[in-house]
Amino acid sequence: MAASRVSCAAAASYRLFLGGRVSLARRQGVWKAAAAELQTGAVFQILRLRHTTGVTTKKNVAALRRETYTVDFIKKQIEEFNIGKRHLANMMGEDPETFTQEDIDRAIAYLFPSGLFEKQARPIMKHPEQIFPKQRAIQWGEDGRPFHFLFYTGKQSYYSLMHEAYGKLLEAEKHQNQLQAKGLFSEKTKDLIGSRWLIKEELEEMLVEKLSDQDYAQFIRLLERLLTLHGGVEEEFVQRFRRSVTIQSKKQLIEPVQYDEQGMAFSTSEGKRKSAKAEVVVYEHGSGKIKVNGIDYLLYFPVTQDREQLMFPFCFLDRLGEHDVTCTVSGGGRSSQAGAIRLAVARALCSFVTKEEVEWMRQAGLLTPDPRVRERKKPGQEGARRKFTWKKR
Amino acid sequence: MLKRMTRLVSGAQQLDPGRFWHGEPQAPQSLAAHLDNQVPDESPRATSCTSEADPVRTFNEACLMVRKPALELLRYLKNTNFAHPAVRYVLYGETGTGKTLSLCHVIHFCAKQDWLILHIPDAHLWVKNCRGLLQSAYNKQRFDQPVEASSWLKNFKTANERFLSQIKVQEKYVWNKRESTEKGRPLGEVVEQGLTRVKNATDAVGVVLKELKSQSGSGAFRLLVAVDGVNALWGRTTLKREDKSPMAPEELALVRGMRKMVSNDWHGGAIVLTLSQTGSLFKPRKAYLPQELLGKEGFDALDPFIPILVSNYSPEEFESCIQYYLENSWLQHEKAQTEEGKKELLFLSNANPGQLERLCAYL
Repeated sequence: MAASRVSCAAAASYRLFLGGRVSLARRQGVWKAAAAELQTGAVFQILRLRHTTGVTTKKNVAALRRETYTVDFIKKQIEEFNIGKRHLANMMGEDPETFTQEDIDRAIAYLFPSGLFEKQARPIMKHPEQIFPKQRAIQWGEDGRPFHFLFYTGKQSYYSLMHEAYGKLLEAEKHQNQLQAKGLFSEKTKDLIGSRWLIKEELEEMLVEKLSDQDYAQFIRLLERLLTLHGGVEEEFVQRFRRSVTIQSKKQLIEPVQYDEQGMAFSTSEGKRKSAKAEVVVYEHGSGKIKVNGIDYLLYFPVTQDREQLMFPFCFLDRLGEHDVTCTVSGGGRSSQAGAIRLAVARALCSFVTKEEVEWMRQAGLLTPDPRVRERKKPGQEGARRKFTWKKR
Repeated sequence: MLKRMTRLVSGAQQLDPGRFWHGEPQAPQSLAAHLDNQVPDESPRATSCTSEADPVRTFNEACLMVRKPALELLRYLKNTNFAHPAVRYVLYGETGTGKTLSLCHVIHFCAKQDWLILHIPDAHLWVKNCRGLLQSAYNKQRFDQPVEASSWLKNFKTANERFLSQIKVQEKYVWNKRESTEKGRPLGEVVEQGLTRVKNATDAVGVVLKELKSQSGSGAFRLLVAVDGVNALWGRTTLKREDKSPMAPEELALVRGMRKMVSNDWHGGAIVLTLSQTGSLFKPRKAYLPQELLGKEGFDALDPFIPILVSNYSPEEFESCIQYYLENSWLQHEKAQTEEGKKELLFLSNANPGQLERLCAYL
């Protein structure tokens, strides 16, 4: 427990360090002085943190289990963040008023270029809400009496939410009965396409409370029942628990169609797979001939699997035998060359095809470059994953 | 590829009683076939024992697709002038386009026309993986191949039974202290001698070739020399002498005999040859032109010849091949009957007969 606490503290201080460093640096105007000051300040804060956790009264023992950030501490962090944001905007020559989070990210990536592969290990500067985990304020007062009437259920936010939702359900039922009595009953179907319920983790995050699967299921069932009834008020309440699901498909770069001397329409594009690079020219009207590096594709790819890879984009769009292809490919092995050509052909075909078909191709995975590369061999192991033979003695 | 062809020809043609073609011991998978309406060929019943995967047994018939190169060759053969020296026709093309089966077709035609067929199914088998090389008794520098020679003699015998009693030997041949063949004896005796005394098989082959060459001009019969993979005769071998030094093809008696046969210094017949990269030694995979496969020596030896290009299926041929498979319920996939399925097959095989066969083959 002690060890974990220390490590948590270290982690917190690390984040604090990185987050705070940027915010404080410019204020002083002198880099090193600021860093020195910050270091001492950070240590001081850590010490202060440790002290607070030690001096708490016995009633706050439950709170000792996790790192507690006091409310003042968080507020101070937010202030520092905002000031740091303005300083950063000044540094980058932008307007401090309209400096968004994406601008911050870009600026940090520019000022602190990092070669680390793990994106989460790189320097970040985000709002303290996103960095420090949400914590619950102390739930009871000086006399030890809890504030919330449902405190002793253990999951007070969850049960209060259920209580509220059920109350709304009863109201809606009453309302509906009245409407039916009056005869103004109207079927109203709500359009729920494009949104989904919160998942359990998201709900937990919202309530800052651990839930069980059954709790979550019960809650969702209640909300769905609420939806089946008719009443306009509940819509906003329910919408709080829905997230939109339409993913903005990444803007597919569609190559423009070019025309050569004879007026034939063609389109060029490139593709990569592992270490193979391919450049492809697809002619719009043709008879299905494919030439790879000047050689017929039947001779270049004697293996059926590679030719199937080449066939896939055409087959998917039902355009077998309608296009002529000339391509150059280098690097990699036979399989990666086939994959590179396939990607390049799919990209080139985007220019001859409607937008929906481009979207279908994207969903089929034809337009996604395969990110798999050879994993490095690690020391102490025979290969990337294979360990040496284990000998008992 | 070659093996398939051999099997097909051998298994297939039950033409007349007494004209039964024996199969080679290897059992190939078979080939696309569909009888075109133009040529009134019959489709004979196959009665050889084949392996499970052989469509000759599966389809209960052996069919060949009649294609342009074969038709062209047949036209030339019909118009041959037997007084002139034998013309050499060389079938060439990329792997899997159907050279060997076109050769088969020609052999079948000539057999029906009552020619004497001298057929070597695969010349590459003579220059690689030979066990039991003997030093020739006849000529000390040369080497004999008893196994290959005896198997060839067996096939020759069954293919040309009729002629073996007709043709008479024109010289006396002494095999060893006790055996000899007198002048005037039928050629069948020489063949028997080669079959019984395996040590003399190569010499028997040499004798047969010599006799046929000298007597073909007489007009008693017409000789067709058909060699598949003729580029083996001029390439390199993988055979080694006892001291592990490589052997040149000239040192093999069979190869020497065949080279003499393929030269055009005799008349009264025709020579049809096929180039093959598939079994060839030390030749790049993409080589298919005569110059590349024969090398300078071979090209000069065969020059002049009539080259006939065999190419991939035309759209009609491809369609007819697929139709044949569908009629025989060979393609079981539901999509095979649809247009998209056919287009997929066309794309994957690029209208190459060999590739198509492999795609549609038995698992």
